[in-house]
Amino acid sequence: MTTSLQNGINTLLAQIDAPTASFFSSCVHCGLCADACLFYTETGDPKYTPIHKLEPMRRLWQQEYTFWGKLMKGIGLSKPVTDEELAEWEPLVYDSCTLCGRCSLVCPVGNDIVYMVRKMREGMVASGHAPEGLKGATQRAIELGSPMGVNLNTLKAQIKHAEKETGLTVPLDVEGADYMMVLSSAEVADYPEIIGAVTRIFKQANVSWTLASDGFEGTNSGIQIGSSDLAAELVGRIVRAAKRLKVKYVISPECGHAFTALRWEGPNLIGRPFPFKVIHIIELLDQLRSEGRLKTDSKDDTRMTFHDPCQMVRRGGVIEQPRKLMNMVAPNFVEMPEPGVQNWCCGGGGGVSANHRAEPLRNQVFSRKKAQLDAVNVKTIVTSCSNCRSMLLDGLENHHMDIEVIGLTELMAEHLAEDKKGSAA
Amino acid sequence: MVTQEILLWVRGTGLQIAVAVFVIGMVFRMLHIRMLGRKKSLAQARGSEWSGGLRTIWKRSLVSTRLSARGYFTVIAGFIFHIGFFVTLLFLSQHIDLIRAVLGLHWPAMPRGVIDMAAVLSIAAMVALLVHRFVDPVKRLLSDFQDYLTWLLSFLPLLSGFMLLREIGFEYITLLTLHIASVELLLIVAPFTKLAHMFTTFMARWYNGAVNGFKGINI
Repeated sequence: MTTSLQNGINTLLAQIDAPTASFFSSCVHCGLCADACLFYTETGDPKYTPIHKLEPMRRLWQQEYTFWGKLMKGIGLSKPVTDEELAEWEPLVYDSCTLCGRCSLVCPVGNDIVYMVRKMREGMVASGHAPEGLKGATQRAIELGSPMGVNLNTLKAQIKHAEKETGLTVPLDVEGADYMMVLSSAEVADYPEIIGAVTRIFKQANVSWTLASDGFEGTNSGIQIGSSDLAAELVGRIVRAAKRLKVKYVISPECGHAFTALRWEGPNLIGRPFPFKVIHIIELLDQLRSEGRLKTDSKDDTRMTFHDPCQMVRRGGVIEQPRKLMNMVAPNFVEMPEPGVQNWCCGGGGGVSANHRAEPLRNQVFSRKKAQLDAVNVKTIVTSCSNCRSMLLDGLENHHMDIEVIGLTELMAEHLAEDKKGSAA
Repeated sequence: MVTQEILLWVRGTGLQIAVAVFVIGMVFRMLHIRMLGRKKSLAQARGSEWSGGLRTIWKRSLVSTRLSARGYFTVIAGFIFHIGFFVTLLFLSQHIDLIRAVLGLHWPAMPRGVIDMAAVLSIAAMVALLVHRFVDPVKRLLSDFQDYLTWLLSFLPLLSGFMLLREIGFEYITLLTLHIASVELLLIVAPFTKLAHMFTTFMARWYNGAVNGFKGINI
């Protein structure tokens, strides 16, 4: 057995906890999870059945943690997990799972399958079986500070641009601010409008906030690839910046996995509770709305819908807030079929978008999102995850669909009261 | 005489052994799972793990309205099998007599016609589920030896019980012996196979729901 395989097996065995053992013990192979996974529904290939993606891990659990497995192993009737098998499983674990968690909603025995896929990825990384694209993104995040190669200079250039556009100062490294805003790579690189948008909104709502030069990047490739060590390093940068600036809150950006990394996994990754609270930008905007601090004075009559990022709804619980915001400014807001917690993934979450090998499959399964969109016939899709936004744009282009995609924060900023010429009230 | 002696052993010592293995094995299995533990989340809770866990235990017992045709088939056939199995187990007068003799508890029996129908439906559902396991590409891919073994071990008590009530195929005493033996086999194997899902399902649902409950997600 190679050292890397041994590492992988040891890591997988160490990942098995009470929930995992209860899940594997309960699975009766009914196959219902297949119908919840867009990789199965859009291809019809049974190998994309969610629980099947965990088969090597399930066998290891059985062989090492159950009487039956030990008995079978003892009489030579069990099949050991091999390097070849893990290599074969790599595309199943990474290319055809966006960690969207839809399968975990339907399992009749209650298995949280995506909880286990997240664990399986830890073993895949340890055994050297992670996709090159995701490895590269993680390496860039660790070495350069961002999976897309965005650095402080890029941010400063975007800040300068936003300041010119809004006529307002974008706070950077302001000690003692209440809120520290974190951005995603894609926002800094592709959707920098967000910086101007939050600057104007926070000015109007009188929010004390700042960006941090040493903790502005929220994208966490460590979570996506399945390396808790690297994920902890990336979260640790934000935590150090937040402590340095003594902020009370850290604002998660419009990025699903950044939210999961910061809000739910972060304290567990670094091994201690955060000395600040984490709030998603959309949660904060809705809070400002309910407090009467976010005021709009115009509406957009365009027929539009909202795409729920999986990590925000199913895995994050931010469900009603975006709808309340949409209803403030979009009188023709319509829901897609199966909205909210049941929404279908854009196809590129969980590191799939950084994994070039997965691109043809991702494009193929976009047919599910297309069907949802065809049912509502909208001109605009609003979302609150920059990765979803990129994936939607890509999918729409590939499927020749003429629909605009915008971020919810920008939509709100466009309709801010008394803010027609770029300077907030 | 030999047949009677076998029956005596099967309904006496054999049953005691089977029940002991079932109870001790199942308790051990559950404790073993529980003792693997899980890390307490250090994130700030937005809701209660207990309410989420209990909600999921309840909600996953209901038939989802979002299933595909194959999903509905699996769930409905699964419901018929489980309900039929427990109706015959708990409401056949002979079973109630046995429970009263052992535990002192008793309740009214259901009419034989109802029991017969429950048994037939349960057997038919099991056969349909087995055929589906062979023909459905997803289930065929997922299935392993244990899936077929546990199917057989669940099927035999139902079939032998039905044959016993109708005295089909063999003499009463032989059928009774076979029926009790098949139940004992089920009890002995259950803690060590996926039949343990009869208890671990509730743990699985609780853990799944607890994660959502902690996050304040009411699903």
